[in-house]
Amino acid sequence: MTDDREDRPVIDVQDLRMRYRTTDVLTGVDLQVRRGEVVTLLGPNGAGKTTTIEILEGFRARSGGRVEVLGVDPAAAGEDWRARIGIVLQSWRDHGRWRVRELLDHLGRYYLPYAEPGRQRPRPTDELMALVGLTDHAQQKISTLSGGQRRRLDVAIGIVGRPELLFLDEPTAGFDPEARREFHDIVHSLVDLEDTTILLTTHDLDEAEKLADRILILAGGRIVADGSADALAQAAAGRSEVRWTLDGQRFVHAAQDATAFTRELFAQHGEGIRDLEVRRTTLEESYMALVTRHEHPDQGEDTPAQERPVETGRTRR
Amino acid sequence: MNLTLHAVRVGVSRGWTEFRLSLRSPEDLTFYLVWGLGVLVYVYLNRNTELEGTTLTFPVLALPGLLAAMVIFGAVVGPAFALVIEREDGTLLRAKAAPRGTIGYVTGQVVLQSLGVLPMLLILLVPSFFLFEDLMHRGATGWLALAGFLLLGLVAGIPLGMVIGSLARKPSHVSTWGLFPVLGMAAISGIFTPLSALWGWVQGIAQVLPMYWLGVGMRWAFLPDEAAVLEVGGRWRVVEALVVLGAWAAVGLLVAPVVLRRMARRESGSLVEARREERMQRIG
Repeated sequence: MTDDREDRPVIDVQDLRMRYRTTDVLTGVDLQVRRGEVVTLLGPNGAGKTTTIEILEGFRARSGGRVEVLGVDPAAAGEDWRARIGIVLQSWRDHGRWRVRELLDHLGRYYLPYAEPGRQRPRPTDELMALVGLTDHAQQKISTLSGGQRRRLDVAIGIVGRPELLFLDEPTAGFDPEARREFHDIVHSLVDLEDTTILLTTHDLDEAEKLADRILILAGGRIVADGSADALAQAAAGRSEVRWTLDGQRFVHAAQDATAFTRELFAQHGEGIRDLEVRRTTLEESYMALVTRHEHPDQGEDTPAQERPVETGRTRR
Repeated sequence: MNLTLHAVRVGVSRGWTEFRLSLRSPEDLTFYLVWGLGVLVYVYLNRNTELEGTTLTFPVLALPGLLAAMVIFGAVVGPAFALVIEREDGTLLRAKAAPRGTIGYVTGQVVLQSLGVLPMLLILLVPSFFLFEDLMHRGATGWLALAGFLLLGLVAGIPLGMVIGSLARKPSHVSTWGLFPVLGMAAISGIFTPLSALWGWVQGIAQVLPMYWLGVGMRWAFLPDEAAVLEVGGRWRVVEALVVLGAWAAVGLLVAPVVLRRMARRESGSLVEARREERMQRIG
């Protein structure tokens, strides 16, 4: 692998625009994903998450802007490029007559001529089934798999070619909590063992927080926030909530600096303060604040902030 | 090119697997048996009918045409339905996500649909040889001609079926634009009644369509020369049959890749999802 490949962002998008007839879905998305990063694209329904990811997958033509995925424009990328990316599709009932092993063997064979030094392709079927926990179902007809097992098969198919970059569009929709945790383990092991870069969409904040090195919030057709879960929580609302009781009365205050505020509070009232509670803004609250501000700009409190994304420090796990 | 060849190979084994799976599937077996036996019973009930001007019985005369109708039916309707259904359920999108997977998918369909006419052929031919005498008059040449026309019929029919399957947006469109036209074609292609029994303009239409000409080829392969009196013009028009079927094949092979590529390019996860939701609403 060349140094060039190592240094360049795996995904590099500038001013991506998408318009369906008269509706602007994406109005200038900028995003970068570096090798080995797990990035979550978060946003309300209809914000353009799926559109964005399908443009990056090369499945949809864009209206404007510059897009590079693994150094190539997906709209013009060839089949060799396709061998380097993996896509986890939401299956429905395709290949119902096939057996699990049969289908993984078959789809894996497509990748055989695309092996690279250090990246054996395809991933051996046994290894793959063990990784997603389908070993016991190897000989089972796909139409008889449970919903959760089918989704694991979808993940297995997505990674059968040992992709450098994996796209997951709402991967855990319909998962029970246990299946969800198992899925998170798979994602972590892909990143740890093989340096796979992952871009996933979700509207599950908890999942975004657990999986992602970095969260991008897509609202109103653009990226309105970019940072780790913690950084976003702070930057978006920027305040903590302080609650206390004094003389049997409850008080709530949103403080910019909660520590200074409580010090002041004690200095004034001392022993009179009871039931003190200081709460950091959660990701959910900051997410809601951001989305509301960008989807309905007229309802926003402070006008200047609407125009530019919240800049936050980028942290990596 | 090497990589394309690899995808074709993967596609061939895909087609073979699908064929194997279809032979184990109760629905597919029922389809083969019901149609095959239905045709056999129909022919058997008319086994003593002799046709005017010849010493040949109805089964001997009709069977080659019925084979032709079946081959064209399978070659056109089979891939048309497969394509629209597998686009709806995401099979095609899966293929598209793999490197050169669309090539493999299309190859798989060609192999599957070609092999798919064989069970029906056997269900019709094997019992017929026990039930009726003197089915094959042309010996080894006849068998070779049968194989040749069978192949030509598939090459003429499958691309047409793929074009219909690509243009159709949902399975019901395939019935409208594939199934009914092919059934109509069977009605006017001299399969059940000699072409000369039909109105002139209907004869004209039939003689543009592939089913009639495959019927001519098949009858020539099976029947003795005396049966030519039943053909249009009273002679075997074998060269014309080759030309018309060849033309259908050529046009199909030119048009199908363009239409297929255009259709495959549009496939995406959200499209499959949208169709799935639409289908859920259709069903209830």
